Amino acid sequence: MVNTLVSILFDGLAWAMFLFIVSVGLSVTMGLMGFVNLAHGAFAMAGGYLVLTTMSAWGVPFLGALVITFVVVGAASVLFERVLYARLYGAGELDQVLMTIGLTFMAIATYTYFYGPLTHAIRIPDYLAGQLNLGGRSFPAYRVFLIGVGAALIAALWYGFDRTSLGAKIRASVDNRRMAQSVGIDVDLLFTITFAVGSGLAALGGGLAIQLLGLTPNFAIIYLVFFLLVVAVGGSGSLWGTLAGALVLGMADTAGKYLFSDAGTFAIYAVAVLILLLKPAGLYGRE
Amino acid sequence: MDASKSRPAPAGGESTVARAGVADFLVRRSRFRPAEALPWIAAIAAFFIFPSQMVLGGQTLIMILFALSLDLILGYAGIVTLGHAAFFGLGAYGASLLITDLGWSEPVSGLLAGALIAAIAGFLSGWLLLRYRGLAFLVLTLSVTIMLQQLGNLFRDFTGGYDGIPGVNVAPLFGRFDYDIYGHTYYLYCLGVLLIVFYCVRRIVYSPFGQALVGIRENIGRMNALGSPVHWRLVVVYTISAAVAGIAGALFAQTNAFVTLGVFDFDQSAAVLIMLILGGAGWLYGGFIGAALYMVLQNELAKASPEFWQFGIGLLLIGVVLFVRRGTLGRVLNVSRLLQARTQP
Amino acid sequence: MTAALEIRNLRKNFGAIEVANDINLALPRGARHALIGPNGAGKTTLVNLITGRVRSSSGQVLLDGDEITSLSQAARTRRGIARTFQVNQLFRNLTVLENVYLAIGERTGACNRLWRSAGSEAAVIEEALDHLQSLALSSDACRPVRELPYGRQRLVEIAIALAQQPKLLLLDEPAAGVPSSESHLILDVISRLDPNITILIIEHDMDVVFRFAQRITVLAAGAVLTEGTPDEISADPRVRAIYLGEKREAQHG
Repeated sequence: MVNTLVSILFDGLAWAMFLFIVSVGLSVTMGLMGFVNLAHGAFAMAGGYLVLTTMSAWGVPFLGALVITFVVVGAASVLFERVLYARLYGAGELDQVLMTIGLTFMAIATYTYFYGPLTHAIRIPDYLAGQLNLGGRSFPAYRVFLIGVGAALIAALWYGFDRTSLGAKIRASVDNRRMAQSVGIDVDLLFTITFAVGSGLAALGGGLAIQLLGLTPNFAIIYLVFFLLVVAVGGSGSLWGTLAGALVLGMADTAGKYLFSDAGTFAIYAVAVLILLLKPAGLYGRE
Repeated sequence: MDASKSRPAPAGGESTVARAGVADFLVRRSRFRPAEALPWIAAIAAFFIFPSQMVLGGQTLIMILFALSLDLILGYAGIVTLGHAAFFGLGAYGASLLITDLGWSEPVSGLLAGALIAAIAGFLSGWLLLRYRGLAFLVLTLSVTIMLQQLGNLFRDFTGGYDGIPGVNVAPLFGRFDYDIYGHTYYLYCLGVLLIVFYCVRRIVYSPFGQALVGIRENIGRMNALGSPVHWRLVVVYTISAAVAGIAGALFAQTNAFVTLGVFDFDQSAAVLIMLILGGAGWLYGGFIGAALYMVLQNELAKASPEFWQFGIGLLLIGVVLFVRRGTLGRVLNVSRLLQARTQP
Repeated sequence: MTAALEIRNLRKNFGAIEVANDINLALPRGARHALIGPNGAGKTTLVNLITGRVRSSSGQVLLDGDEITSLSQAARTRRGIARTFQVNQLFRNLTVLENVYLAIGERTGACNRLWRSAGSEAAVIEEALDHLQSLALSSDACRPVRELPYGRQRLVEIAIALAQQPKLLLLDEPAAGVPSSESHLILDVISRLDPNITILIIEHDMDVVFRFAQRITVLAAGAVLTEGTPDEISADPRVRAIYLGEKREAQHG
């Protein structure tokens, strides 16, 4: 009983950290520009494949591959943002939905072409592969690592959001874009920066997820739903909202799968729908 | 209410002839125009010109019907949903289970069963979800569709799960016309259903109710200020749209004699959205052009390489969004003007 | 005699900000009442509170003596409240006729019908044309609203509100944004309105206010500063201070 509870909390926390890492960029860009970006999952998938290639083809160690992926995908996303996304700021959600579905399809097709439709795996370093003994219990080292990375990123993002002038500008712009613009904040530039960081983090998450989920091109669509749920439940534009959404849904999903086996896959949707029906703007959103 | 009593007095000076002309534009736009016969002539011509392609033809007609159902809510009422496959899937399962579990294989009642189940789901989910907008609505419609799919997987003894229900064999149409392996009977069956449903949808969009839907799409705030029961209007059209999608799903199950939980996939919701957008939303015939284009392209390209097809459709979608919907090309290529009512008398 | 519109102790706050502070107001039937005050005084908020677009925090709104405070915007509209918007709220891609058609169709319930064609609703169309004629909009009846010059669009805004056949009409700066060469057309229309309609008008142009209104309420910082006849208001030093102050600010800005 206690064992199950500990397992749920531990696995749920690891899962929540993954959801948070990928979703936080989506949440902030959505809060900033109201942009419905269904291609966010594709950036995460691209990160997964980049980690795969840098490790298997170039022999880069896992942690190095993660850093490279964060930087490369983040930088590459700027191109997409400037060429495609920027044209649809202020457009209706329909146009945004359509364009990003198109991007996702192109990404899936491209990666299927080069990597095939089958599931890929990576060889993680030995120090992450085993079990780790904590307080008389053993936990899978990889999930401990995932939680550690998540915690470090939360701290870094909190610092960036709450303690830097860039973060203050982002918060002001999420709060009231027009007002922010009128006091001279370059909201477009902010958006490019957050888009790049957010996409980089999504890619990082994609790389981290290979060990948990395996990697196929369909990653871009299958897990997109979870990212959208996290953003919607947490309330777009909010760091703490995204964290809350990731924790609630990560725990709900894990608990559902532990406790109800087959029917457990419902839990994440049931919880998300319930929260959205009660708080349509999300836990931390403004009505 | 007696409208004549409180009517403001005409200031005079404008002839009654001019008034009649002005009113006439509202009257005339709902009349059938000769150009509107074109899609139907094309559909009948296809039957004679490509007799070996009627299986594809029938599937295309089904997707046209599905796209038509989406046009009602997206093109007219302005509702963007990511979960329209839910109603298609429910219609498909409704029609299938009627045959495999209840042993009732008469086809037309199968369509009605599919329509009814989808309509009930449309009414309930619409009543619950249509008060939400933006991201919340997108995520909610997406989630509900996935939950339905998982529900189907949970009761896989009943639904066949992802392996599907085989043996959805319908009885001959009207007890007389049996189905050939070339899909000829099915094609004509689908065409007949499409024609009837299209007529009904067309009446609805040109009705005062349809006018109110367009008002909601254009400015929901003002409709609220006009005292319009906006939520109920949307629930009604959502229910009708769901029923039509359900009929399309039922036809899909009947003509394929098979259905799997794949009908609830996000890809299905996305595909119908893409078809409608390719053909243009909000003028009834978008589905005809878009679905025909999509199905033929898919048939040709996916045979060669599925990746090539998926890449192409993605590229096409981005092109349509950036250059047709938001560009000058859209105004130049506005084919809809041919078939749509002129706005000037 | 019961007032056509009565507001009792109406309050509205967003968090700590008091946008309507204990407002009391009574308009007899057929009143021509103006609401003035500096920017941010809460004039549009008051209109929103009367129509139910914004819910009040406390207090009462009564229409012909019936309390409507708890009613929705739609229900209040059916009771006979109509308004125009300071910034056009039109169906821009629809024709002028369709704009007015919607107002009548929703009022009469014609828009509940989904089987007959919109064009066969002869009574609705006739009435819509009458409204357009009375505002000299007939020649533009079949043009999309977005193609009209701004001044004509403001007339459509009024036409929609009139097509609702209101007992109480709330005009939120009906001539806002219209060049002064054309604004007299709109003011002519307003001065010719059915005397049975009770009208509350928000207006910045003092000439208009003093010509049109029988009584004036001055709002400042969400509260009623004073109420009186045009003569009383124009003689009130506090009002002059507010307006002079505002003018001075405007010059600086």
